[in-house]
Amino acid sequence: MVKVNVNINNQAYSEDVEDNTLLVELLRDKLSLTGTHVGCDTSQCGACVIHINGDSVKSCTVLAAQVNGKELTTVEGLASQGQLHSIQKSFQNNHALQCGFCTPGLVMSAVDLLKKNKSPTESEIREWFEGHICRCTGYKNIIKAVQEAIT
Amino acid sequence: MYNFRYHKASTIETAISLIEQSDDPKILAGGHTLIPTLKQRLSQPTDIIDISSIDELKRITLGEGNVTIGALCTHAHISNSPEITKNIPGLADLAKQIGDPQVRHKGTVGGSIANADPAADYPAAVLALNGEVLTSKENHFAANFFIDMFETALKSNEIITGIRLQIPKSSTYKKFRNPASGYAMVGVFVARYDNDVRIAVTGASSTVYRMEDIEGMLKSSFDNDIMEGIEIDTTDFNDDIHASAKYRGVILKVLLEEAILELKET
Repeated sequence: MVKVNVNINNQAYSEDVEDNTLLVELLRDKLSLTGTHVGCDTSQCGACVIHINGDSVKSCTVLAAQVNGKELTTVEGLASQGQLHSIQKSFQNNHALQCGFCTPGLVMSAVDLLKKNKSPTESEIREWFEGHICRCTGYKNIIKAVQEAIT
Repeated sequence: MYNFRYHKASTIETAISLIEQSDDPKILAGGHTLIPTLKQRLSQPTDIIDISSIDELKRITLGEGNVTIGALCTHAHISNSPEITKNIPGLADLAKQIGDPQVRHKGTVGGSIANADPAADYPAAVLALNGEVLTSKENHFAANFFIDMFETALKSNEIITGIRLQIPKSSTYKKFRNPASGYAMVGVFVARYDNDVRIAVTGASSTVYRMEDIEGMLKSSFDNDIMEGIEIDTTDFNDDIHASAKYRGVILKVLLEEAILELKET
């Protein structure tokens, strides 16, 4: 077992995990933060994207033990005081989801993109989402949602 | 998930002593190759030694005509680093072409080099930039380091600490990406120095290699004309479901021509 002390969405957690526990398993199975999804489990689809120390990463390809001492944000941590984050609102406004399975990962990546690049071009947005797969193929509205959130 | 014992090492010395105490250890840096291979049981180590918190391996330092990149620098760090974008833009561009943005936030240069995937990008840069692989034991010249497919000169208790590259006058990396994996079907790094030209090819063969015959021709005349009538020798080229050896040869020639054209006026 490994002890993991981690801050998630501004809340401190201290958990004992098996050595081989994946970060996404810690989030979903132990901490019931099920907003983070597992799509492919092979770092291709992006459904499991969260932020570690401010960078968007795929939590299916990180060991829980590796985030000891780190600051995490998951999709549950975006809304504040009952208000959706501006990206969440623009996804809603633009109907940027159909089944919604891939959405938490896309939203987390979009938040990171706009933090690093205040006014990305359409091709920069598409490039940033290269590691995401939406099986409903809702890409057009997803791009529109990010563009709306820029302004 | 495959089972193993996890250890965190805060110093290189601790990591080496953990390696020596383990039956079949593996070093974990960014984990973006290792963790998928563990899931598939392609790698079945008894112990995982996590070196990812060793901060001294996360620096990029400019020296006299060279740059040293710590083994734990991520692809995102390298592609955005002012030291790299200013001095070796070809390398910044190479790092930006690896995987996707989220993968680039975790994957490391040291991990990629230690793994020595025949289609990995960095080996081409290290070889073309007359680089050295720095380890806990010694410094290896790139030419002696990459031996074969997934095979390097690293000993079992040796850890890569960084790479040192000679800053060229100009450089570029041209890559034909596998549309699914993003790995190089063929990638070619061309570096121009005052009195030298170095070309290294990845993805085409079982390991990275230099094109010394074409380098020689470019040294006398750095011009696309030299490519006329050139036949790429594809005898040892990879021939698989992604591309035939012959097709890889065609891609390599086109990429090389693009690279020469780009660097011609530099």
